[in-house]
Amino acid sequence: MSKTGRVVLWTALGVGFAVIYFPLLVVLLNSVNSDTTFGWPPKSFTLEWWGRAVTNAGALHALWTSIEAGVAATAIALVLGTMAAFALQRYRFFGRDSISLLIILPIALPGIVTGIALNNAFRTILGIDLGLLTAIIAHATFCIVVVFNNVVARLRRMGGNLEEASMDLGADGITTFRLVTFPMLRSALLAGGLLAFALSFDEIIVTTFTLGTGMETLPIWIYDNLFRPNQAPVVNVVAAVLIIVSTVPVYFAQKLSGGDSSSGGRI
Amino acid sequence: MTAVSPPSRRASAFFFRKPKLRLGILLSAPLLWLGLAYLGALAALFITAFWSTDVFTGKVVTDWSFDNFVTLFTDSVYRTITLRTVGIALLVTVIDAVIAFPMAFAMAKLASPRAQRILVIAVMTPLWASYLVKAYAWRTLLSGNGAISWLLSPFGLSGPGYGVAATVITLSYLWLPYMILPIYAGLERLPDSLVDASGDLGAKSFRTFRSVILPLAFPAIVAGSIFTFSLSLGDYIAVKIVGGTSQMLGNVVYDNIGAANNLPFAATVAIVPVVIMLVYLAVVRRTGALNNL
Repeated sequence: MSKTGRVVLWTALGVGFAVIYFPLLVVLLNSVNSDTTFGWPPKSFTLEWWGRAVTNAGALHALWTSIEAGVAATAIALVLGTMAAFALQRYRFFGRDSISLLIILPIALPGIVTGIALNNAFRTILGIDLGLLTAIIAHATFCIVVVFNNVVARLRRMGGNLEEASMDLGADGITTFRLVTFPMLRSALLAGGLLAFALSFDEIIVTTFTLGTGMETLPIWIYDNLFRPNQAPVVNVVAAVLIIVSTVPVYFAQKLSGGDSSSGGRI
Repeated sequence: MTAVSPPSRRASAFFFRKPKLRLGILLSAPLLWLGLAYLGALAALFITAFWSTDVFTGKVVTDWSFDNFVTLFTDSVYRTITLRTVGIALLVTVIDAVIAFPMAFAMAKLASPRAQRILVIAVMTPLWASYLVKAYAWRTLLSGNGAISWLLSPFGLSGPGYGVAATVITLSYLWLPYMILPIYAGLERLPDSLVDASGDLGAKSFRTFRSVILPLAFPAIVAGSIFTFSLSLGDYIAVKIVGGTSQMLGNVVYDNIGAANNLPFAATVAIVPVVIMLVYLAVVRRTGALNNL
């Protein structure tokens, strides 16, 4: 490639990353900006908002709800996603393509569709009141694909030789799974689980439609406080914490998946 | 003498001989969940779209009618909102593809393997930073005394303020990583030798791009567009945060579920993005894009 071409591409990459990170940097700066209207550039700094945020009962309660929903949805998604991955990766059967489309569908369709479809099914069709459980069911539905993708990628890479060797040496199916298949799958499951949790933790649209009234996950708490002027500083701190905390699962998921998911382990 | 094998071993042997049974068990729970719970809910949504709401009691009336669809297609307000939503989604997709391609190309073809891993993590990290945090960041950036105005004011320009332009900017920003990652994955798989061969055969850079790189990377671009397009189509939060008074289809759905308490009409409106997405998925299926997700 020509030298100009390289320079142009590297510049595009640099500018792109600057644009990606600048807004996040602004949020981090605003969390210590002593001016409550957050005019630019910030003039003086304070840690007061951080002190207020860590004692904010509403935010802490919402955080706990987010964790509960995320853990439960991730557990369900791990089981269902792994089963589906084994079925679709190890067997060839009629309707296989349709099932893989069905697994993608909950994230391929807009969140509002998934949200209102489940809202309608729970309330109008089944007559169930919305609560934490309905939100967990909704979250698990779109988290399945994350686990599925990670496990499929790992199964594809590890092939079946070691399992066959285990069987040849006299181990039965359960022993082979316990001693051979599962250990090789473990890091992919962990990566898928981390990403599923992160997806659930960040989800707002589906949650809005499926969580009971009076309950809040952290994104919903942020949204409810976004337009309240006196809450803006605390929202900034929560936002800043989320930016910092969210880097952790991504980093570990990337390490654990060993780069075997084609889209870099995003889903 | 034959030893009696333990039950687990007998069970293993039994399932080993019956691959169809194993497949059935593996598929049962996921299919029950997604087939019944999810497809069932989508089907129910479709049916509800033909129902209506009693004006006085606010209860759902289960009489079949096309009234909701007639309102949706004849009322100019909804037509405008539908066109605006599709327009925004298309624009966001094109903007993201144009920005993401050179970035993904530099990552996949110019960076060293070590740098590649770091760059992928660098793209993914903001992806997981909360959606709301990022939309909110743009609200402060675009505000009257925000960073954009501050940057532009020396040139005598002003920022776009809150409105459709701000919505397009914010959505493009939010979904950009969803476009970069599939294109990067697609370009990474594209062998360098094909690019070299094209050059050896006398093609200039642009010709190589148009005749070799673009056709091979196309499914990956389409895969990215599924996310950017679909996510924009259903959004109502970004437009509430930075969109000023303009509305998208998602806002109509949201308002009809909440304030207006007209679930059937919300269902009717929600079918629009479903139909658009299903048509889109059916069209792009041939390109092999779904395997690039």
